Amino acid sequence: MESHGKVIDRLRTAFRSRVTVPLEFRLSQLRSLLSLMEENEAQILEALHKDLAKPKFEAVLSEIEMVVNDICYAIDNLKYWVQPDYVGKNLATKLDDCFVHREPLGVVLIIGAWNYPLQLVLLPLVGAIAAGNCAVLKPSEISQATEALLAELIPKYLSQECFSVVCGGAEATARLLENRFDHIFYTGSQAVARSVLQAAAVHLTPVTLELGGKCPCLLYGQLDIPAAAKRLAWAKYFNAGQSCVAPDYVLCSRQVRDVLLPALQQALHHFYGPQPQRSVDMGRIVTERHWSRLMDLLGRSGGRVAIGGESSREERYIAPTVVVDVQESDALMQEEIFGPILPILTIESLEEGIELINRREKPLALYVFSDESKAVSTVLEKTSSGGFCSNDGIVHMTLPGLPFGGVGASGMGSYHGRWSFETFSHRRGCMLRGWGLEKINVLRYPPYRDGSLSWLRWATTTKKKGWSSCSVM
Amino acid sequence: MHHSNVVARARKAFLTGRSKALSYRLSQLKGLRRLITEKQRDIADALRKDLHKSENATQLYEMIGLEGEIDLAVSHLSEWAAPRPVEQSLLTVADEVYIQPEPLGVVLIIGAWNYPWAVTVQPLIGAIAAGNAAVIKPSEVSSHTSKVMEELLPLYLDKELFPVVTGGVVQTQELLKQRFDHIFYTGNSTVGKVVMEAAARHLTPVTLELGGKSPCYIDKDCDLSVACRRITWGKYVNCGQTCIAPDYILCEPSIQDKVVKEIRKCIKEFYTDDPKTCPDYSRIVSLRHFRRIVALMEGSSVAIGGETDEAQCYIAPTVLTEVTSESKVMQEEIFGPLLPIIPISGTDEAIEFINKREKPLALYVFSSSDKMIKRMIADTSSGALLANDCLVHYTLSDLPFGGVGSSGMGHYHGRYTFDQLSHLRSCLIKKLRMERVNQVRYPPHTAQKLRWARLFLLKRVDVGQWRRAAQAVALVTLAAYVVQVRRPERFTSILYCTSYTFGFNV
Repeated sequence: MESHGKVIDRLRTAFRSRVTVPLEFRLSQLRSLLSLMEENEAQILEALHKDLAKPKFEAVLSEIEMVVNDICYAIDNLKYWVQPDYVGKNLATKLDDCFVHREPLGVVLIIGAWNYPLQLVLLPLVGAIAAGNCAVLKPSEISQATEALLAELIPKYLSQECFSVVCGGAEATARLLENRFDHIFYTGSQAVARSVLQAAAVHLTPVTLELGGKCPCLLYGQLDIPAAAKRLAWAKYFNAGQSCVAPDYVLCSRQVRDVLLPALQQALHHFYGPQPQRSVDMGRIVTERHWSRLMDLLGRSGGRVAIGGESSREERYIAPTVVVDVQESDALMQEEIFGPILPILTIESLEEGIELINRREKPLALYVFSDESKAVSTVLEKTSSGGFCSNDGIVHMTLPGLPFGGVGASGMGSYHGRWSFETFSHRRGCMLRGWGLEKINVLRYPPYRDGSLSWLRWATTTKKKGWSSCSVM
Repeated sequence: MHHSNVVARARKAFLTGRSKALSYRLSQLKGLRRLITEKQRDIADALRKDLHKSENATQLYEMIGLEGEIDLAVSHLSEWAAPRPVEQSLLTVADEVYIQPEPLGVVLIIGAWNYPWAVTVQPLIGAIAAGNAAVIKPSEVSSHTSKVMEELLPLYLDKELFPVVTGGVVQTQELLKQRFDHIFYTGNSTVGKVVMEAAARHLTPVTLELGGKSPCYIDKDCDLSVACRRITWGKYVNCGQTCIAPDYILCEPSIQDKVVKEIRKCIKEFYTDDPKTCPDYSRIVSLRHFRRIVALMEGSSVAIGGETDEAQCYIAPTVLTEVTSESKVMQEEIFGPLLPIIPISGTDEAIEFINKREKPLALYVFSSSDKMIKRMIADTSSGALLANDCLVHYTLSDLPFGGVGSSGMGHYHGRYTFDQLSHLRSCLIKKLRMERVNQVRYPPHTAQKLRWARLFLLKRVDVGQWRRAAQAVALVTLAAYVVQVRRPERFTSILYCTSYTFGFNV
């Protein structure tokens, strides 16, 4: 088994040979990754089922299709992304070539998480490859079947010189982080993120952190509650609530809550039937440890279980659960739930809801359900979050044009689509000057004269909006 | 006031929401602009005391740039702060999808001493434009300027939102224990690591504008006289204390003598025979730095200059030869008026030499060959690359200014500062209508639903493309109609051509 240091050295040597830079190489690797996805769908589904009892539908949509789409998007657009961006100039630089050139960073590290074990490793990898880097992948050891599958398939489809999978637990990750990388992309918890950042600081390595938090879901004013209940339930119980952008808790008035509960009950019945445990469309909790954590939260909660509450340790199953009469100090409000338990807190007004949200850390996503667009825009203006979606949940992250990432405690940096490419690129400012016009340069050389200053001021101002500059040359 | 109170007060002021309104941001930016215009004398006096900078040099290298940046921010603010639309998928085609720039909160700006106004205030412009509060910590090394900033900024800016905190290392460390929403640091990589480590505790994102040794490659096929002029200017401005100064020269031995000769000529032209008496030549900022730089000369030959005067912290414009990569002067960023020349056999060796070292903040290439310059761009990496001149890429607001690798992370200038100090929030505004379409994604799941879901949820649609296609079809139909009325036989051929173009088989 190669040591981490040797793996990274090997990748760095490959990067230095510039093999990953040509467009053709990047496209060929992306196409190979596409083949990996297309030729191994059955094994992927099996691994995801082993790890999380992921329903086939969810696995196809949220893991396979998302990755396939992103790969195709990159393949279709890469030739545009790598083009230099020519920029506006001032008079002094009118005859020069000024542009932004995107370059690879070098050897990057991608640390995945267990809840979407394929997507969270492969989506960043698409960006890393597209940008011309080499990459070390460190899938989560908690989703063991997927980890093993990635370790088997990646070397078969991608260049072994340039891409490597490293397996192992927390200790292996800590040792990996002692090495120097040119970018670290981490998805996971805030606690581990701190140590990732600290390790990165030693080498001045830039990082992207995709973390989590408690994503609030406000229901307010006039709204079609049955439709809202369906979308809310879908977003919440997808992957048994184990999504970083799952609506964590609901804020609504007592009246809304009273109509919401039966609507949720109906939606859940429609989705999973009378016994969700028997439904193939209901996922499971990833490990017994996580299951125990959730059951403990539920046990310590001061609220009342209005829907669900059933569980099974052997199956790591928790029913889609809704808890009411929850206060802000409740156990369920102290940490990100990351499970199929939905607390509902009642608020008297929109302002109260906004204040509650703002008392807490900035979440990865914020949801508002309302037919009143004024309410939606008020919440949008008065809060901050990684992303925002009104009248639905999760789907904002499927749009490749939207950067997906957090702010504050929910993370830093973003990715998806072109944003992944930008994350793993360096934007190098380039200015190619000519040899002529040395006479104009005289203005800037010592001895400094008062008169020169006003000319220089004029020549170095970039043109203002709506003001067309005439060329002195 | 204790630092934690200063930061708490800034946060409280930010939470009132007053820094968010565009009109407020504009008023603060205009206040900053007035400060620069009205207090020119005070600013120049302090810089002369700190760095022996002449008033004209102050204007040229600090203030003109700031004026331009403020004016740019004022004229473009509404554009920068507006929602930015993005492409949609089929399912969201009826929704609003955009990116909304938002303020981060309280930003910490730690300035440096070499261009204290430029590197401290330029990030501030972006911080204000983006709607943040900012705690400003100027460098204590340029102590007179620091004092002037402490006095003047509160006279022109909101005191609570934009407090100035002065002090040295201890005060900076105390400040770094507080929680900020972004830290913007300009300085050296040693302290850069400390800043990042402190930021890690609060998961605070950082921008680090660091430095390094910026190489300057002179191709033997180029106009040496112009090249050396520009290099001499770039090197000795501010006595070499510029993060993007050309640190060392790489050239073939055959042109070395000519290079030295040309530089000697330019030094005399710019700074006279006796630079010590020339008002346009600065000094080293402190005794500590003076001694550090003088020590770097050891082991190399002095081809030009070499004179020093500790009492004045004066070091003459100096060129060193017989330098190798092991020489003392090549072990750290010089940040002073010593210009080593290292002989290399050609472009290949130059690229190899550059790539063995850390990625620099700037890379300079002097050549008449476009091909050679393009090769430099392709085969090396650096914060920025400038061909056939020095420093001036800094003045273009549309170019991102920042490092890569150990020369830094993040970038700024112009709109980049605004974006760097904003949160770009993804927004999807949907309605509760069209619930029927959503049925495809709800359990219980079937293979049929899966097919539809794949199409709707994930396929991207370029609305613009559809609109253009629709317009084209409309135009063709109109043309066809007109033709049909006048020349029926042509109608059929147009129909065939159009169908073929759009890929349909008629």
